[in-house]
Amino acid sequence: MKTAADLLLTAYAWFCAIAVFLATSFLLGFLFKRGMGVMHPSLFFGDTPWFSALLGASPVFEGIWPALVGTLALVLVSSVMAIPVGIASGIYLSEYASARVRSMLGFAVDVLSGTPSIVMGLFGFTMILFLRKTALPQARPSLFLAAVCIALLILPYVIRTTQTAMEAIPEHLRLLGPSLGLTRWHHVRHVLLPSASRGILSGAILALGRASEDTAVIMLTGVVARAGLPASLWDKFEALPFRIYTLAAEHRSVQELDQGFGMALVLLLMTGSLFAVASFLQRSLEKRWKTT
Amino acid sequence: MNHVQLVRERWIRRSLLIATGISAGAILFIFVLLVYFCLPLITSGGMSSVLSWQWKPFAGEFGILPMCAGSLLLSVFALGLAFPAAIGICGFATVLAARSLARFTLVLVHFMTSIPTVIYGFVSVFLLVPLVRDWFSTGTGFSFLTAGLSLSLLILPTIVLVFHARLQQIDPALRLAAEAMGLTPVRQFLHVLVPAASRGLVVAAILGFGRAIGDTLISLMLAGNAPRIPDSLFDSIRTLTAHIALVLATDSQSMSYRSVFASGLILFLLMGAANFFIRRMDRGPGENRYENGR
Repeated sequence: MKTAADLLLTAYAWFCAIAVFLATSFLLGFLFKRGMGVMHPSLFFGDTPWFSALLGASPVFEGIWPALVGTLALVLVSSVMAIPVGIASGIYLSEYASARVRSMLGFAVDVLSGTPSIVMGLFGFTMILFLRKTALPQARPSLFLAAVCIALLILPYVIRTTQTAMEAIPEHLRLLGPSLGLTRWHHVRHVLLPSASRGILSGAILALGRASEDTAVIMLTGVVARAGLPASLWDKFEALPFRIYTLAAEHRSVQELDQGFGMALVLLLMTGSLFAVASFLQRSLEKRWKTT
Repeated sequence: MNHVQLVRERWIRRSLLIATGISAGAILFIFVLLVYFCLPLITSGGMSSVLSWQWKPFAGEFGILPMCAGSLLLSVFALGLAFPAAIGICGFATVLAARSLARFTLVLVHFMTSIPTVIYGFVSVFLLVPLVRDWFSTGTGFSFLTAGLSLSLLILPTIVLVFHARLQQIDPALRLAAEAMGLTPVRQFLHVLVPAASRGLVVAAILGFGRAIGDTLISLMLAGNAPRIPDSLFDSIRTLTAHIALVLATDSQSMSYRSVFASGLILFLLMGAANFFIRRMDRGPGENRYENGR
């Protein structure tokens, strides 16, 4: 029997769903409207010929190319550090650890994933202060330091998605290894890991998106507004999210503001396509377990 | 197993353990480093100066309590907006909407998590700030309200996804029983599903709150960053996270620095406590009563 309360709550639920849909559409629509107009090679390279800019032969002053390269370098270095370690931890937590160890180390992973990114940035900042006082007086914020802090930030994501993917493997596959007399590692390596690979991969891809969007960590560990292409791991660098942040507060002209919208759109397309790939992998995984 | 295999198995086990230990080591290291840099505060008696209500670095006052209050007020406000909305959306996706519409809603919410925080901030600066300024015609638009609205949109997906995952774990038999008793979808959700997943509700709220407290960019870009207690929704405020970013970007006085380490330590301990609480609750008696299977 339907009552007034039923109707009211139904209306409320519809209202919430529609409101969120509208808020997101406004946000994206506004961004696309303002950003699409500047989607042009000159957004990336300014007046520099794109070919020599790509080769790094001539510097780019007007475009967002240095920031894009900085972000890509940051994502690459941090994921090279975080993803192997994260997958190994995930395997250990799901397949090897005793219940007690799993709960203790799992708590550490939870606290790490709960650590606000600004605190992770502060950690990198204090690390420089600490190194200056002790072993390395010439230590300074750099791309490498930022990558280490970002790696710590995304590590828990990789661990948890690996662990979840491993634990979701159906029971009959878990019996396969022992029944063939495989050693534990062979079982993990040749049976469990291949079955969990898509889940693990989608987690790793989401971690890449997380690494590319974070701003709070890098603003304390080596990003600057103008640096050009990063010359080495020990240099300061530019990054898309930080440029977007600074442009919001201190754009000097309409062109700069337009560039900000263009950058925001580029960043969104980047994280959005990573998200699409990850959710495609996830979905194909779910289908696979349903059919077997 | 022969000897070679045995040795290899042991080494693999060890290296995997070491990889896992990195997280624990990192957490410990972060904590120790923050405490180490806060120590001068405790030994030199600067603690009372930092734990005061005045932030006037040039007059030698370094109180961070206004920022603590700012962080708490803003997060409570954002949670107050996002939490009821999240329950509504979960109800919509679980019992009310047709299958395809429910799926679309969940994909949308999932997608929202992949939108960079800086984009929420950037778009709000040019879309929401002028709106708030014009509609209420007070202040600059960079206010508690603007930051709170954007922040609620930012933490909404966290709450929805956590709570929805808990709802999915409920034994389908419970839903069938409710259906058989002739409960309407709304009542099934309110009187059967939500109570069965009540702890999930608390966990989702805590995680959403933590996300709000820990977020830097929204408050930094939108809240105006005046270090005081707000009198109204249209006042400018400063959060702990924004305080850290601002001071490290500009100041170089040593006491300012120390207030930053104290802020970092407070944030760290707060999040640690939240995680500890979630853990305790999930382990408490009576959990998994209605959950299905594993």
